[in-house]
Amino acid sequence: MNMHFLSTLHGGTVIFLVALVLGAILISGCTTTNPGQGGAQIPPTTQSPSLPPHKGQKLILATTTSLYDTGLLDYLEPLFEEKYGVDLLITSQGTGKALEIAKRGDCDILAVHSPDQEKAFMDGGYGINRRCFAYNYFIVVGPADDPAGIRGMAPQEAFRTILGKGKAGNPGIFFVSRGDNSGTHSAEKNIWKAAGYNYTSEVQRSGAWYIEAGKGMGETLQLASEKGAYTLTDEGTYLAYRGKLNLVPVIEEGDILLNVYSVITVHAKNQPVEKITMANNFVNFLISPGIQAKIGEYGKEKYGKGLFIPMNGGCMRFECDCTTPASETGPLTSFK
Amino acid sequence: MNEIVDGFVQAFSLIISLDPEVLEITARSLLISLAATAVASLVAIPLGGLIHFREFGGKRGLITIIQTLYALPTVVAGLFVFLLLSRAGPLGFLGLLFTPVGMVIGQAVLIIPLLVGMTLVALSGVKRAISDEIVALGATQTQAILTIIREARFAIIGGIILGFGRAISEVGAAMIIGGNIRGYTRVLTTAIALETSMGNIALSIALGMILLGIAMVVTVALFIVQER
Repeated sequence: MNMHFLSTLHGGTVIFLVALVLGAILISGCTTTNPGQGGAQIPPTTQSPSLPPHKGQKLILATTTSLYDTGLLDYLEPLFEEKYGVDLLITSQGTGKALEIAKRGDCDILAVHSPDQEKAFMDGGYGINRRCFAYNYFIVVGPADDPAGIRGMAPQEAFRTILGKGKAGNPGIFFVSRGDNSGTHSAEKNIWKAAGYNYTSEVQRSGAWYIEAGKGMGETLQLASEKGAYTLTDEGTYLAYRGKLNLVPVIEEGDILLNVYSVITVHAKNQPVEKITMANNFVNFLISPGIQAKIGEYGKEKYGKGLFIPMNGGCMRFECDCTTPASETGPLTSFK
Repeated sequence: MNEIVDGFVQAFSLIISLDPEVLEITARSLLISLAATAVASLVAIPLGGLIHFREFGGKRGLITIIQTLYALPTVVAGLFVFLLLSRAGPLGFLGLLFTPVGMVIGQAVLIIPLLVGMTLVALSGVKRAISDEIVALGATQTQAILTIIREARFAIIGGIILGFGRAISEVGAAMIIGGNIRGYTRVLTTAIALETSMGNIALSIALGMILLGIAMVVTVALFIVQER
């Protein structure tokens, strides 16, 4: 009967009906799919019923790929949501993109690891209550046979050696750069600068030895592994990838390899005070002793060592603030 | 090769075990892309009809522009909609950035040119002889137009399937507008991108298989509707 009904209609009407049905599916679907119910680590047997429904306010956290890919934020998310009854939405972007989103007022919190870019962001008046909450170290990884012979060198000296041998045309000497303006890429540029080079004129496009990937950390590591190249990586991503790579850590020491993670309350134009207050709650949550301990434990089970070292209130040497409770709701013009 | 085999194995185990997060991501992908296709169809098919049946100056140029937009990079479509929906943009007050509705808009913008173009192709594919014949038989212009549309419906459905295929397989707009937020805007393609960057290759392949699976279901469903 239904079929006969349809066949008497014009083709255009059929198409219209299809569209209508699709729309109806969507609307009914919306009520059954509860947004905000994550659960990567939750096995099927303990799903949905135990998850609290997300009703309250939505808070958007923009973060960088290398931090997000470690899984730390997904691990902390339910703890924060439970405590404050908010829906924390986490989007991971390249550092440049995350900062741009924040400047436009499209997110409420930033969690990043690029001090120079963060300072410029703060100076622009886009953020308040910047607090460092954890750190770890970048490492230089490369083939186990260490073709450039840099094992044990200081990072700057190692970079000079790779560049020297690479430019001289030694076969098998490659360095893969993220080449994407990420926090890791900024750290790499800092090392070139400290090693005495002008990055744009002396390093970039200076020969086949220097490869700019333009990719995330994981893909860059895979590329380096395929090429038998050296690269700079955060330790967390390397540990997560280790089993798939023919790369070993060759340089793990040097102050310049320090990688400090900070959280910032975004202060965009016309941002409601409730959002700012809730973002401040997240800042305070991250620097609270209980969560600091959890950050320190994170990854120990899986990788045999923690991926992050919490500040635990001791951040004097990093020239950042990790103790003052975040309470400001607007920029202090007199404060720099 | 091993990873590809692993991907197959993992895809089946994820489907059989009804992994809640995979189900949720799959359902979200399907709903967002179906909604985008529905919205785009409602805009594009009448628009295509209008362009086909009306004569006006610059028609050829307009069609060229529409056809050029088939090649609209998904990232550019995404960026365009991102700028519109950003709080700093003209539609920022709607608060649609990083929401599923925003993603529907992005994917619809992406495939509207394709659907307009496919509608034009479908309508011009109907033999002139048919419409002449109908008019000769005394049909009004409206009746003639409706007959042509009915004759073209197979090709139009084909266009809709093509549009849906582009919507559900694109990653650029979904990533930029949706932000790949777990449990909220994460869809199959953005999950694949994320899992790949985290080195979970087999899981990425498994998610890819699931995507192809639902694309097949939708294609078959639309053809069944069309056959009736």
